[in-house]
Amino acid sequence: MSSAERHAAESERELQAARCRYVLRLGDTALVLGQRLGEWVGHAPALEEDLGLANLALDLVGQARLLLTYAGELEGRGRDEDDLAFLRDAPEFMNLALAEQPNGDFAVTIVRQWLIDTWQLQVYRALAASTDTRLAAIAAKALKETLYHHRFSSGWLARLGDGTAESHERAQRALEELWRFTAEFFAPDEVDERVHAAGIAPELPGLAAPWSAQVDADLAAATLRRPAVASYSWHGKRGVHTEHLGHLLAAMQHLQRTYPGLRW
Amino acid sequence: MNEEWPLFEVFIRSRSGLEHKHVGSLHAADARMAIEHARDVYTRRQEGVSIWVMRSADIIASDPGEAEALFEPARDKVYRHPTFYVIPDEVKNL
Repeated sequence: MSSAERHAAESERELQAARCRYVLRLGDTALVLGQRLGEWVGHAPALEEDLGLANLALDLVGQARLLLTYAGELEGRGRDEDDLAFLRDAPEFMNLALAEQPNGDFAVTIVRQWLIDTWQLQVYRALAASTDTRLAAIAAKALKETLYHHRFSSGWLARLGDGTAESHERAQRALEELWRFTAEFFAPDEVDERVHAAGIAPELPGLAAPWSAQVDADLAAATLRRPAVASYSWHGKRGVHTEHLGHLLAAMQHLQRTYPGLRW
Repeated sequence: MNEEWPLFEVFIRSRSGLEHKHVGSLHAADARMAIEHARDVYTRRQEGVSIWVMRSADIIASDPGEAEALFEPARDKVYRHPTFYVIPDEVKNL
């Protein structure tokens, strides 16, 4: 093999690794948020709302299954969706730190959902045009689901923000509390840049403006104030998490960890 | 919040061309939420392509106490049923 060929092969390997990492991040964000929503089952403020949140959770877990299956294939170590979901520890999870934040009160759950919905809308919309046709197909399916998720969460945001004095205050408080995690949405690292250069994924900072416009429109309808810019960017997608992810994984992975290989 | 959300009646059209059918009722705070709840509760298994909801309070119903006056008089008017016609064999869907 000539040195040029060696170089090309090396570059291709790097791209595959970046592609795998990128898909894993999308899948983990969907999985962790889905798990969080699942915690509401049996506890939501109304039976109908219980079903509604469970439906969102199932959509997200469905997206995670497609993405993690693909990531496992890209990784090439024979790990399937279940291995990746149930047998990795927190530092190996690449989800956005916002997704793992606890449910809190209903306002926190809604604001968290709405922030990720608005982010996923931008990402999935852009990915539908990806040169990676497998990822484009997953994104096109996920986009339809996300459009509904956003309808649901922005509706609740307006209902809480423009509701009673207490619901407004709680929604604003949730927004102030969670806003600091949004800086991670559009802060690219070498993985994001590599997959963008290959035409696989959109340029992250480029998504910030349309996201911002959507967020401002929804906040105006909800009579809520946009918090100040978050100065510190979390790095959930690099495996640096808040203390909450470990607890979430303990609950989610308990069965597989206790009875390895158990099947339903 | 002690007050319960108002009740809505839900109507689903299962396919284009068919009529909306009453499928049940649910609680929701407003019309938008009622559509979302109806979608989540009644169309999870692809049961529909269109949803109507309306406040149950807006339905004007007949009084069961008046059933006799309203419905009994029709009982002996068998001539209103089109059963005295001979239906030609060629007519399949009457």
